[in-house]
Amino acid sequence: MAILEVHNIEKSFGSTKVLKNIDFSLEQGQALAIIGSSGSGKTTLLRCLNFLERPDKGKIVVQGETLFDAEDPTTMREKDVRMKRLHFGMVFQSFNLFPQYTALENVMLANQLLEKEKPGFKENKKEIYAQIEEHAKELLDKMGLSDRADHYPHQLSGGQQQRVAIARALALHPDILCFDEPTSALDPELTGEVLKVIRSLADQNTTMVIVTHEMAFARDVADQVIFMDEGIILEQGDARQVIEHPTQERTKQFLSRFAEN
Amino acid sequence: MSTIMEQMPIVFQALNVGFVQTLKLFFVTLLGAFPLGLIIAFGSMSGFRPLRYLTRIFVWIIRGTPLMIQLLIIYYFPGLVLGKTIWGGGEEGRFLAAAVSFIVNYACYFSEIYRGGIQSVPKGQQEAGLVLGMTKSQIFFKVTLLQMIKRIVPPISNEIITLVKDTSLARIIALQEIIWAGQAFLKGSQGISGQIWPLFFTAVYYLVFSGILTLLLGWLERKLDYFK
Repeated sequence: MAILEVHNIEKSFGSTKVLKNIDFSLEQGQALAIIGSSGSGKTTLLRCLNFLERPDKGKIVVQGETLFDAEDPTTMREKDVRMKRLHFGMVFQSFNLFPQYTALENVMLANQLLEKEKPGFKENKKEIYAQIEEHAKELLDKMGLSDRADHYPHQLSGGQQQRVAIARALALHPDILCFDEPTSALDPELTGEVLKVIRSLADQNTTMVIVTHEMAFARDVADQVIFMDEGIILEQGDARQVIEHPTQERTKQFLSRFAEN
Repeated sequence: MSTIMEQMPIVFQALNVGFVQTLKLFFVTLLGAFPLGLIIAFGSMSGFRPLRYLTRIFVWIIRGTPLMIQLLIIYYFPGLVLGKTIWGGGEEGRFLAAAVSFIVNYACYFSEIYRGGIQSVPKGQQEAGLVLGMTKSQIFFKVTLLQMIKRIVPPISNEIITLVKDTSLARIIALQEIIWAGQAFLKGSQGISGQIWPLFFTAVYYLVFSGILTLLLGWLERKLDYFK
């Protein structure tokens, strides 16, 4: 059974249809890359998965559980939505780290707040916080940032900030980790270090949805690729197949710029 | 005619009493205007259009007219036009009217600063909080509030320093603050008249007080300098 099923998602902003009939599924442990030109709806799709936008039509199912159904208002209750978001992790193009917290604190904050709401927190506060800290340190270590744990975001390079943001998303153990153009705000040198981290996550079979403009990366790291154009999925399939031998004229045209490099 | 040395204790005694009234008006204004400003700020950002427009028109009127006119109208209007003295008599009544005028006036200025502060925190901060499973109030208190405070400290400091000197406007309804006390020795009070030097000393009180505040607010600004 697929871990993620997206059924016929549609979304409009005013009279502009941004997503039309988006339908795909993703298997556990696979990486899906979404490619396409700016304005094709890639980011909106990711934002729908994370409940930052509400689709007008369609269904989102994770591990057999219907998280969102446009026909069923009971799936949209604010307090449930909050917990449903935790199925997904999100890494933003502009990192969005919290500037007043250190790298370590950024990774720990959400877990601390979630644990606080659970019964028995007060009695075991010390142990719980120690566990959260240990886990956060492991994640930073995995990101190659153990020596940057006490730095504030403005003291870190863009690549380091993005790796902290990845650790922050992983800290909540999401089923599916989403990336919204994670390297678009970085120069080529820093892009490499972030892609390396995502590649290692793929090697460990992390389920991921990656919106990206890095075609070589999508081809080599993703299992599946979706090519989006003007709000629809124009082509989808095996990553190497789609990127090296696209069937649609529009996909060929989009990828030709990449082939020239 | 006594010498300046002999006049000094009398003058400083009077100036101290006036300065206490100045300080009282200053702190009461801040205490009232900080929270009221936040309420007005939320009103001016409300999704409910009539409320938003009404609030913005109110802020426009208060910021667009002199505080001195507001003081005169608030103090005299109830008694002269409505035939009801709601402020009570004497110094206490004058203080109450002055405090209300100052709180409303400064709350309007603060509301615009708050609004700028709230709107200047990038939307991505809130979204990052949401995808991490935080509630709206957790996001406000744990993520955006401190960033907002950091951004509003410099403009609020400016208003606070202005307020120190604006308190002297209450002189227009004869509130016995420090200018009133100093000016009394021009006309004649407690056997001292035609003296300008007490007024110079009122200026020194303002200078010292605003100097202390400048240091304090500068310290706060530096405290928040650890993040960007």
